[in-house]
Amino acid sequence: MTPTIPTPPRRSFGMNSGSDNVFRNIIIGLSSLVLVATVLYGFVLIVGGLPAFQREGIGFLFGLNWDPGKGIYQALPFIAGTFFTAFGALLLAVPLSVAAALFISEYAPRWLAGPVGSAIELLAAIPSVVYGLWGIFVLIPAVRVFQVWFVSVTGVPWPPTGTGLMSAVLILAVMVIPFICAISRDVITLVPNDQREAAYALGATKWEVIRFGILPYARAGILGGVILGLGRAIGETLAVTMVIGNANVIASTPFSSTATMSSIIASNFGEANETLRPALIAIGFMLLVFSVIVNVIARIVITRLTPVGTR
Amino acid sequence: MTRTDTMTKSISSGLTRTVSPARRAQNSIMFGLVALGTVIVLIPLALILFQVVYNGLRSINLDFFIKSERDMSMITGGGGVLNAIVGTLLMVAVALVIGLVVGIATGIFLSEYREHPLVGVVRVMSDVLTGIPAIVVGLVIYGLMITTKLPGYSGLAGGVALGLIMIPIIVRATEEVLKLVPTSIREAGLALGLPRWKVTMQIVLPAASTGIITGAILGVARVSGEAAPLLFTSFGNPDLATNLLQPMAALPSAVYSLAFKALTPAQNEQAWAGALVLLTIILISNILARFFSRPRSYRAPKANTAKT
Amino acid sequence: MENQMKLTPPPQSVISTAAVRLESQSVSIFYGEKEAVKNVDVSFKSNTVNALIGPSGCGKTTFLRAINRMHDLTPGARVTGKIMLDGNDLYGDGIDPVDVRRRIGMVFQKPNPFPTMSIYDNVAAGLKLAGERNKQKLDEVVERSLRGGALWDEVKDRLKAPGSSLSGGQQQRLCIARALAVDPEILLMDEPTSALDPQSTSRIEDLMETLKQQVTIVIVTHNMQQASRVSDTTSFFYVGDLVEHGVTSEMFTNPKDKRTEDYITGRFG
Repeated sequence: MTPTIPTPPRRSFGMNSGSDNVFRNIIIGLSSLVLVATVLYGFVLIVGGLPAFQREGIGFLFGLNWDPGKGIYQALPFIAGTFFTAFGALLLAVPLSVAAALFISEYAPRWLAGPVGSAIELLAAIPSVVYGLWGIFVLIPAVRVFQVWFVSVTGVPWPPTGTGLMSAVLILAVMVIPFICAISRDVITLVPNDQREAAYALGATKWEVIRFGILPYARAGILGGVILGLGRAIGETLAVTMVIGNANVIASTPFSSTATMSSIIASNFGEANETLRPALIAIGFMLLVFSVIVNVIARIVITRLTPVGTR
Repeated sequence: MTRTDTMTKSISSGLTRTVSPARRAQNSIMFGLVALGTVIVLIPLALILFQVVYNGLRSINLDFFIKSERDMSMITGGGGVLNAIVGTLLMVAVALVIGLVVGIATGIFLSEYREHPLVGVVRVMSDVLTGIPAIVVGLVIYGLMITTKLPGYSGLAGGVALGLIMIPIIVRATEEVLKLVPTSIREAGLALGLPRWKVTMQIVLPAASTGIITGAILGVARVSGEAAPLLFTSFGNPDLATNLLQPMAALPSAVYSLAFKALTPAQNEQAWAGALVLLTIILISNILARFFSRPRSYRAPKANTAKT
Repeated sequence: MENQMKLTPPPQSVISTAAVRLESQSVSIFYGEKEAVKNVDVSFKSNTVNALIGPSGCGKTTFLRAINRMHDLTPGARVTGKIMLDGNDLYGDGIDPVDVRRRIGMVFQKPNPFPTMSIYDNVAAGLKLAGERNKQKLDEVVERSLRGGALWDEVKDRLKAPGSSLSGGQQQRLCIARALAVDPEILLMDEPTSALDPQSTSRIEDLMETLKQQVTIVIVTHNMQQASRVSDTTSFFYVGDLVEHGVTSEMFTNPKDKRTEDYITGRFG
């Protein structure tokens, strides 16, 4: 223990300034709305979803039977749908996003990097419904053509409807690519230039510079961006609703219609009766929990794993 | 240091006097893959932009802006989305007020009261709010304002939902730009004998205003495209409504139902037109945001200390 | 130009008989557990320039910032002891730090004009933001202060130009004018010329001679020549202690403490 120095009463700034205290209280009051909102989210959804949790118990999470006609609500098909679509989309999106980010920040000449970067930023801002619209009228017909061809070649008994898991994965991938790409590009741009120069000075090729000089530094940031992208994919609603088919079952084939947690809420909530509604709110609560967990992990990854000096 | 050392080892292990053909080939292959990946990324994105603009321009007409969905015919189309455009404007205005008031206040709190014990938790919660899906926000507002009939399905409820989505965007923007204002500027204000709140509101905040405006524009762009939180809050209204206590239509929701729930090609064409309008809003917002985020009047004094 | 207002410094006898304006009694300053300034007793007389010198990190600036209660802003910083202005403890009960700063102005190391404000608004800021609306009064004060800061002739035709459009030396004189506009009794200067070129530095040194007609100046400086040129008294700080305090001319010719001598003659620092 170090000896403590006697502490005189702390003189906090603005102790006597009445107007400062009023202002500070207003600021703190408004800021605490952020806390209130977060707590309220959880509270409202738990209370609203309580009847469903009570009725189904643990089966709500792990049961496969969702039958509004019989009043049975087990949400595993949608939880599974969310994870299939989200991870499927990431599988496609991550390598492509990182490639595009590397192209913009390391390979492309300035005149090309600027416009391509801006275009990708713009695409990250396009609303979900616009992607959904494109999904319905362009993606689904194209996917259907592919599926018909695939079935004719392989002979698998999968109904080639176009609508379903495959289209949902594709549209989600297209949507999260600009997001992950923009973050990755920012992170790569932040890598100190002496890393590049140090590698070049060793006679490294361009790829070796990227592999050993840049990616180790940018890894944490890119991973954080990927996890944030996962959060987006989990919560993405309308575009997925418009192409996934919204069937109450786990997809049995990559072509099958299924639903995600968000798409089942969007497609059913409007016409829901008094027993379906709490079940959908309960799914909303699960969605809240998942997205909070994913986002917190992303922030931890970004702050913990980033090498000192790049932030 | 250590990182550079491992890098040295990794590279020098494969290093010969000249770059070996294998390394050369690997370099070319990786470039090829990166370029190919970029092209694959750009194709669907270019297609989306092209098709929205092309199909949108084919379907858009004056009626689209001056008539409401009530005037639409399933068979012949016609009518417009004036009701939805007005609804979006009103609800985004409500959201902007909520977002600016709470967002700027919270940004000020996080940046200017860093010694306060709540700062850490408020920052984390604000980040958490950023990641919460919009549809969940819609459900929460449904529970708070619709089931309680306070005031039930209404533009106000939709605006509040959009406002909740906007808050963290503005918090982040405000905090970041306030932190860029040098401490010496605050000290200069305080040393003049000004109370802290005046220094914050009239010296620090104006110095950060362009960044906050940028954040607000991007927030507006984001929420004007959101339909998910409006489905069960503002509900929709085929007629032109300006009373915030009544159900209200919104442009993205109109696009959603015209594309997804519509029965005829005529309605689908309207959806493309709506998508084009949304895209235009996003494009204009982005250009405006870029314009405002360009540093203009503010230059760091050090830039010209050398001269007399 | 400001040269016509320049007066010769008051003779030594004036210093010794002038009234004490500012006095510190057993002032210690802590950052957390670390004692950055130890038990300092010193007094500054009316209408004098008082230099605080010493190596970097020895508490000069820390002590200076205690005088107008700027440490109230730093979390973990604590001031003990008394700092008296005309016999009133600035840290006493019921004393508003905002009032303290109104009476004790400050000029900082780097010029820091308010970024979004014009030259005029920068100077008027202290009054305007405190509620002064009378345009005529503001015009008057702005002109008087800019003259006081020896900047009027250079900027009178472009008062609406942004403050940041001025050169570094002009910006620093703008900051002096801004501090003068609220009519302070004491002016604290924290290495005001360290970021400036020699020509701007000498203009500000000349200005101090004029300013002490209306205010008492306490200036932190790293520059020995500057201290000897402009100040009436000098205080030498070393590792948080006030080693020596006295009339500048005596201290520079005949330092009492070995450490003072070593520092002044450039053996360390």
